Amino acid sequence: MQKRTFLKFSALAAATFLSLPMMAHAENAKLKIGFVGVTSGPAAAWGISNQRSMEARAAWLNELGGVKFGDKTYDIEIVPFDDQKDPKRAIAGMEKMAQDGVHYVVGPNVDDGAAAVRPVAEHNGIMYFPYAFPKELFTAPASNAILGMVANYQSGPAIYKYLKENKGVKKVAFVAANESDPLSQRESGIAAAQALELEVVSGNVTYQVDTTDFTPVLLPVIQASPDLLVLSGVSPANAPQLIRSARELGYTGFISTETGQDATVLQEGAGELAEGFISVGGASTPELASDTMKEFVDRYTKMFGEYNDESNTKVYALEYIIETLKANPAAIDNVEEYKKTMDTFEAANPFMKGDAKLRYVGMTSFGQKRQVSVPLVVNEYKGGKFETLFVGQVD
Amino acid sequence: MEQIIANGLYLGAQYALIALGLTLIFSLMNVLNFAHGQMYVFGGFVTYTVVVQLGLPFIVGLFASAIVLAIMGAAIEKFLFAPVVRRSKRDESTMLLAAGVAFFLDAVILLFFGEKQRGVPKIVNGVFNWDMRIIMPYDRILIGVLAILLIVVFIAFMNYSKTGRAMRALAQDKMAAQLMGVNVARYSMIGFALGAMLAGLVGGLLVTITGVNLGMGGPTSIKAFLMIMIGGAGVISGAIAGGFILGMMESVGLTVLSAYGDITYLVIFATLMIFLAVRPQGLMGKPWG
Repeated sequence: MQKRTFLKFSALAAATFLSLPMMAHAENAKLKIGFVGVTSGPAAAWGISNQRSMEARAAWLNELGGVKFGDKTYDIEIVPFDDQKDPKRAIAGMEKMAQDGVHYVVGPNVDDGAAAVRPVAEHNGIMYFPYAFPKELFTAPASNAILGMVANYQSGPAIYKYLKENKGVKKVAFVAANESDPLSQRESGIAAAQALELEVVSGNVTYQVDTTDFTPVLLPVIQASPDLLVLSGVSPANAPQLIRSARELGYTGFISTETGQDATVLQEGAGELAEGFISVGGASTPELASDTMKEFVDRYTKMFGEYNDESNTKVYALEYIIETLKANPAAIDNVEEYKKTMDTFEAANPFMKGDAKLRYVGMTSFGQKRQVSVPLVVNEYKGGKFETLFVGQVD
Repeated sequence: MEQIIANGLYLGAQYALIALGLTLIFSLMNVLNFAHGQMYVFGGFVTYTVVVQLGLPFIVGLFASAIVLAIMGAAIEKFLFAPVVRRSKRDESTMLLAAGVAFFLDAVILLFFGEKQRGVPKIVNGVFNWDMRIIMPYDRILIGVLAILLIVVFIAFMNYSKTGRAMRALAQDKMAAQLMGVNVARYSMIGFALGAMLAGLVGGLLVTITGVNLGMGGPTSIKAFLMIMIGGAGVISGAIAGGFILGMMESVGLTVLSAYGDITYLVIFATLMIFLAVRPQGLMGKPWG
């Protein structure tokens, strides 16, 4: 009897052991997508909205059974790295991605980080999607960077032109933080305004990012009586304070920026003083958001407690990577294949209503398709939320 | 000119309050509390949570910030700094611990309050406008007055209460104070709690004006150190003077030098370097420590 029991257990154990490799085969393979960006310090909101967008979308796709590339199904695994907005850390992050066999990376979030990782990415066969604007990253001979959003030199002129033609704006003033990204955005903004024959009445006032009172900063700017005050490259942390100080100083003109903002942050920080504030957003305004986008917002909110409007733009990079790899599965571990696919790639945009498409653009700005086609949605803050002012298209 | 002075006074009042807590801790324990800025941020988030999330009055939020930070400060002193000060004679031990606490608090803030900028709606509406010569929103005036009031209360507490006198005695000569029966461990803990409470209070006050975010801690600590370097480390009156001097320098620089780009802090740092070369102990500090 004991011998029979022993044999039964032995047979069961052997069957279990032998079936383990089969069970492992039944699980999907993992496709690692990296994120190298800032998730700590003053600019943490930029990177955290990136990382969380990727994690929320990856979790959703994995829940649906994974993503099929060719005849193989993969689960998406996000590999994050906090570069602390430090170029040296960004390089370390990109090297880590190379060691982990990652070929597609979202980030970095700022100009110097994006420029610093370029040699590492090119040497190790990594395509990366920075949220940084230097044109040399996207023009030949560079070919591994893909701009993940609309650049300020693309959105700025559109906003100024709209305000000039529709609101009679003639005089513009620029204010920027004393950091590389906002300063370079201010310079290109001034150039765009001058090209539109707008008078730049103030263009050299800057502020420290840790400023606690913007009244003295804005006083000379407001005294120049601009029709439009441009907050070049302003972070979501500084925008409400700048708006509030400008309005409290009696400024009644338009205020705009070319960076993405969050409606809740504006509501809490500036309240009704933020009414009419113009910024660049993504596709989550009710007029544009598809059911998929609405579900993404719900899932993100459930996963992390609160949605960040910046994710309206940040949701796109991972989607572009996945859809391009679907179009050419050979690109999974060969970025040269990816580059070949980019020129002709086109897929339905799941986040927008209508027949919007995912495609690579950038021929006008960079001479090659090295930018994701994110809708250029210009929003106006009204009653605690964003409303679409107008929609444009890059290229 | 009137506007520049008004801006400088407002900035100075809030800066002085930030520097007071830092200099108090330094004077009592010889600890450079690098986490002071993070404590300020934590205080701002506590007020935000109480006022915006729980819908309670602002004054309740302010009290909550003061109490939470006082408890946090006392706990940090008792369980972290006191054992290290007891066991290690090296100054860098407490410096490393303070840096560690700063990183820890950053992580806690991210975990509990998130990465977004947060703000409390204006507590008073309207703007004071004196013939376009001084423009100052009423909420800033209120916060400035409250900050000055808190400074006065703090000075009175340090000068006239038994606890305040004991802490001053400790700051002047620890050995002599101990021989006179002052309980060093107890008053060190109270001093640290008071310093942290001041950071929390100013965070709670300023969340209505500037808002608060995860990344404000480090720069706030740097500015606070700047102020106590100007005024003299460990000297209460020096911290107040340092705060008002920095506030005024910032206000004058941002207005007068704005045409030359952002050189205000460049000028401030250059001036400070020259000043410290001439007077390393600061305005009111003693050369012997």
